[in-house]
Amino acid sequence: MSLLQVEGVSRHFGSLIAVNGISMTVEAGELRAIIGPNGAGKTTFFNLISGFLRPSSGRIIFDGEDITGLLPARRVWRGIARTFQVTEVFPELSVRENLRIAVEVASGFRLRPWLSRGADATVRARVTELLDMAGLTVKADQLVGELAHGDQRATEIMMALALKPRLLLLDEPTAGMGDQETYAITQLIRRLHKNGELTIVLIEHDMRVVFHLADRITVLDQGSFLAEGTPPEIAANEAVQSAYLGKAA
Amino acid sequence: MTDGPYGKRAADIVIWLLLLTMPYWLEAVGGYTQLGSRVVIMALAAMSLNFLLGYTGVLSFGHAAYFGLGVYGMGMTIKYLVPSTLAGMAVGVLAGAAAAAIIGLLIVHLRGIYFAMVTIAFGQVFYFIAYRWNNVTGGDDGLSGWSRQPIDLGFASIDILHNQTAFYYFALLCFAVAVTLMAALLRSPFGRTLLAIRENERRARFLGIPVDRHIWVSWLISCTFVSLAGTLYALLNNFADPHDLRWDQSGDFVIMAVLGGMRSFWGPLVGAAIFVVLQDYVSSETQNWMSFIGLFFVIVVLFFPRGVLGIVRRKAVS
Repeated sequence: MSLLQVEGVSRHFGSLIAVNGISMTVEAGELRAIIGPNGAGKTTFFNLISGFLRPSSGRIIFDGEDITGLLPARRVWRGIARTFQVTEVFPELSVRENLRIAVEVASGFRLRPWLSRGADATVRARVTELLDMAGLTVKADQLVGELAHGDQRATEIMMALALKPRLLLLDEPTAGMGDQETYAITQLIRRLHKNGELTIVLIEHDMRVVFHLADRITVLDQGSFLAEGTPPEIAANEAVQSAYLGKAA
Repeated sequence: MTDGPYGKRAADIVIWLLLLTMPYWLEAVGGYTQLGSRVVIMALAAMSLNFLLGYTGVLSFGHAAYFGLGVYGMGMTIKYLVPSTLAGMAVGVLAGAAAAAIIGLLIVHLRGIYFAMVTIAFGQVFYFIAYRWNNVTGGDDGLSGWSRQPIDLGFASIDILHNQTAFYYFALLCFAVAVTLMAALLRSPFGRTLLAIRENERRARFLGIPVDRHIWVSWLISCTFVSLAGTLYALLNNFADPHDLRWDQSGDFVIMAVLGGMRSFWGPLVGAAIFVVLQDYVSSETQNWMSFIGLFFVIVVLFFPRGVLGIVRRKAVS
């Protein structure tokens, strides 16, 4: 069974149709990229999957269960984690504290008024592991708000990963980054994908990143589905070229 | 965080030492013991408010309602039910907590200015009940004709009525227990989810924190401790005043927290001390003491947005 099935979801804002009857199926372990020109409805589509918005019509099925009406927190409990186009972190807390909160929530400790010594050690070990994985160990005690954009983004991705998701949604992970940072984040995503049984869906504008990472690509245009296929198929697709790559070139 | 664990530990020790020795030096600097008790009680109220304001990022302008429920819970218990200080505290705190639990359910989905406005509205409901229900609450005249009772420990009895120093230490003990509990909560996983909500509600929600429920718990804790402060305030005055649950009393708590610095744990204590001392000193000179507090408040907010403790801390870092 597929991990994620989106069945004909639409979302209207008044008379504007931001997402128009899009369907998409993602298999477990896949790395899927969603691309499309500005205003294609990519972020709205993402918001429908993560529960930030409710669809006007259509269904979303995660791991065989209908999650269309669930609140964001409940989708997180089922294993869907996301990052945002504009980095969402806890700016006045350190990197370590940011990750610690995510780890504690993921461990079911969110209402605990105290932690046993054993539980505290487990949480710390997991935070250390996440810091290592992202190469953030030396910056662990700096406030996230004072870090470079790329490190803030890496912190956000590691917070999402701390939730032990089965599906990770990344909204433009390399947006606004220089070449060096883009390369580092691309390597991080590749490691995360290969390390576990993690399924990743990402929105991305940088075609180098997309073609480097994705198993399959879904193309949206003006709120509608345009094409889907492997990177070579999409590169060869005439409809995509005229609607998107053609315009960009 | 910038001043490190040692700086923090040192500040804690200095503050506790000052509080523990207050009755012995207060008169030397022109104060009196009741003024010290007043500082400690108002500080408890302001620090309770700050649990919600500074550490959850939610502004309430109606905390006087729960403070006042503590005040009247204490007064009415001793006057009408049993002449026992501890019973009065239990009734006052339970009344405040119960009201906060129910009202909280109705309002925790609101944010920002909407939340603040609705807390004022609910607060005023309690004020008008106390103000109008003459034959039970004493109405405009307040509830008098009762006084704090000795605390009976079984083997001994402590006279907190005539011995002002004994009452100060009783209030300080309540303060210490409440403040220690709040500090421990803020260092716990639950406390960190509150910081998360303050820092970035969207991120908190997408970490899987049910934000409204956590705000409700924080609100309940904050209101419960503010009712405790209310019961002590009733004991201090041997009187329940309807003004204690009016909206401007809520405003005073917010001023104390912001004045002292709402991002530091002890900030509201410093704010309460400045507020109470200024009130005591200036009100003996002029009736318009509030305009002086207001002026001082405006200066602090304009030039030192992190409050008085924020200034001290910045100096210590640079």
